[in-house]
Amino acid sequence: MKVFAKAGAWFLGVVLAVVAGLASAQTPVEVPFFYPVAVGGPITKIIDGLAADFEKENPGIKLKPIYSGSYQESIAKALTAVKSGDPPVTSILLSTDMFTLIDEDAIVPFDEVIKTSDDRKWLASFYPAFMENSQTGGKTWGIPFQRSTVVLFYNKDAFKEAGLDPGKPPATWTQMREYAQKLTKRDASGNVTQWGVQIPSSGFPYWLFQGLVIENGTNLMNQAGTQVYYDKPEVVGALQYWLDLVNKYKVHPPGIVEWGTTPKDFFERKVAMMWTTTGNLTNVKNNAKFDFGVAMLPAEKRRGSPTGGGNFYIFKKSTPAQREAAFKFIKWMTTPERAAQWGIDTGYVAVRADAWDTPAMKKYVEGFPAAAVARDQLPFAKAELSTHDNQRVTKALNDGLQAALTGTKSAAQAMKDAQREADRLLRSYK
Amino acid sequence: MTRTREWLYAWLLLLPAATLLALFTHYPAIANLWHSFLSTPKANRPAKFIGLDNYRALVDDPVFWQALTNNLWYALGTIPLSIALALLMALWVNQRLPGRGFLRLAYFTPTVLPMIAVANIWLFFYTPGYGLFDQIAGALGFGHHNWLGSQSTALPALMIVTIWKEAGFFMIFYLAALQSMSPHLAEAAAIEGASRRYFFWRVTFPLLMPTTLFVLVNAVINAFRLVDHIVVMTRGGPDNATALLLYYIFEIGFRFWDSSYAAALTMVLLVLLGAVALFQFFFLERRTHYQ
Repeated sequence: MKVFAKAGAWFLGVVLAVVAGLASAQTPVEVPFFYPVAVGGPITKIIDGLAADFEKENPGIKLKPIYSGSYQESIAKALTAVKSGDPPVTSILLSTDMFTLIDEDAIVPFDEVIKTSDDRKWLASFYPAFMENSQTGGKTWGIPFQRSTVVLFYNKDAFKEAGLDPGKPPATWTQMREYAQKLTKRDASGNVTQWGVQIPSSGFPYWLFQGLVIENGTNLMNQAGTQVYYDKPEVVGALQYWLDLVNKYKVHPPGIVEWGTTPKDFFERKVAMMWTTTGNLTNVKNNAKFDFGVAMLPAEKRRGSPTGGGNFYIFKKSTPAQREAAFKFIKWMTTPERAAQWGIDTGYVAVRADAWDTPAMKKYVEGFPAAAVARDQLPFAKAELSTHDNQRVTKALNDGLQAALTGTKSAAQAMKDAQREADRLLRSYK
Repeated sequence: MTRTREWLYAWLLLLPAATLLALFTHYPAIANLWHSFLSTPKANRPAKFIGLDNYRALVDDPVFWQALTNNLWYALGTIPLSIALALLMALWVNQRLPGRGFLRLAYFTPTVLPMIAVANIWLFFYTPGYGLFDQIAGALGFGHHNWLGSQSTALPALMIVTIWKEAGFFMIFYLAALQSMSPHLAEAAAIEGASRRYFFWRVTFPLLMPTTLFVLVNAVINAFRLVDHIVVMTRGGPDNATALLLYYIFEIGFRFWDSSYAAALTMVLLVLLGAVALFQFFFLERRTHYQ
């Protein structure tokens, strides 16, 4: 018995010593961090470099950047990790994943880590257009990091050939249609050799369509993510304009236009004007063999574009120390200088106004004015479509748009069906 | 005594494989069946038993029916054609002809390439305007066509990719079977004065039946299993025209996070493939002649 007691005391002593030793040695706080890559360029290298710099300045924190594939794969990995009980501490995911992450109870609002007035000032520094997709119910759930908008790229040489002023891109819907008519070229047998304009419609047509919807004076959903307005007359009107470009004026390729090959269509001069993300800026700059221009999307009732891209999130299953560390990292990544450099390196829109005043960004814009178009469009930009049960509600719209574009449904019918499906899905969130 | 021993011995030999099968095939299938009777757990709503609700939702789901129909057409379009093509290619490269090794290699190449890479190559073949097919059509004086972007041609376009990819793989099996066939048969037939056609239908083809059965089983599985190219080329669009069953399950499970509905859909796929396998093994096998 005595032997046991002795052994017990000895064991307890060892345990205590180990615990004390661990506490005094200050083991670094581990912060696993998932990030996706959605544009070209050596993104992985840049992120690893940034992480190493951050660790050098903050020796108490061990950052573990983990490349997690595309946006789609990243959210799948993050949510699977949440369900298996081992999520990352922070992650960059689509800003539109906010409601999904909230519904899965996977993330915490930033309001829990924002304490000082400096923090509040930092939070107020982001463009309001980017914050629309980051806040709901009075709380901030995401911090803008790699964000984009839709812009119009046009071939200045083609403009000259068609007798248009290459310094004046279309500013209204009517102008875009008229220019497109002039830019569409046909051969002797009537086949089109160069289309006037194209708006991609594969995969996620809702995003580009949302540009048309905002320009027509409305948006697709409410801020709470519980209601969509797919069958509003303005939305149907926006779709009708798109369909007219295809069927009535025949200046836009018929059927579904592939997102991935749209930049190539532009390089091959198969299309004179294209709608795509600002994230393609560097791609176009490197590959277009002709003089090109970048413009804001044309206006109908107003100018407009949806925002897009990724936000930082902090996951719920983490210790307070980990949350603090992740928050420190996020603040560090979004200083004006780093936001500017990230924008220059990738083509994303720098997420805060003061980033555009940094010397590096000023020099970049001076040499490449097209880079500032996305920034100038931001005051007109609105939140990207995002609701509860986001992917399904969005798919209802995508299916409707594709049905209309391939001619199986009229604009009004397609949007009515999409609305009915979305209403059914959102029923339980009201 | 020895009988029991033998019996025990056999079971011990089977045990490793049986354990792995039970762990990674049978248990997941049964767990999946159980999950299909539960609701999808959400943060504040734990999973609860809802009986056949998921299956009722499935019957009312138009996209499910479309995916199922698409998949049946897809199977019907790809299986016979890729098998016939494989047999033709095998007969062709089994002959003595110059550059035979090169030809075999060429036919087999599509199989070696990863499906994602293949899909990206074909994406450019189908690109309207300057893609390979439109360039050929243009040179012949036909107009342009948006192959993947219209509902009527998107699924057939994907079938062609599958046939191209699968035929070379199946060819290898036919080639192996043809080469193990005794040359005496052909000699005997030649002496008897049988035509090549007669020889093929009466001797070669029946002797290839075990291979055909094997290839058929694989082709059926692949018709329901291979969806990588859909992710790259159409993502199920336009308007679900190319949604296949497995792609739809992936979408429901890992994009919409409705895991229990995905489980119900998986059961449909499981039952479907099980039924096909039963038919193949119990009906076709009886009519197959093994040497």
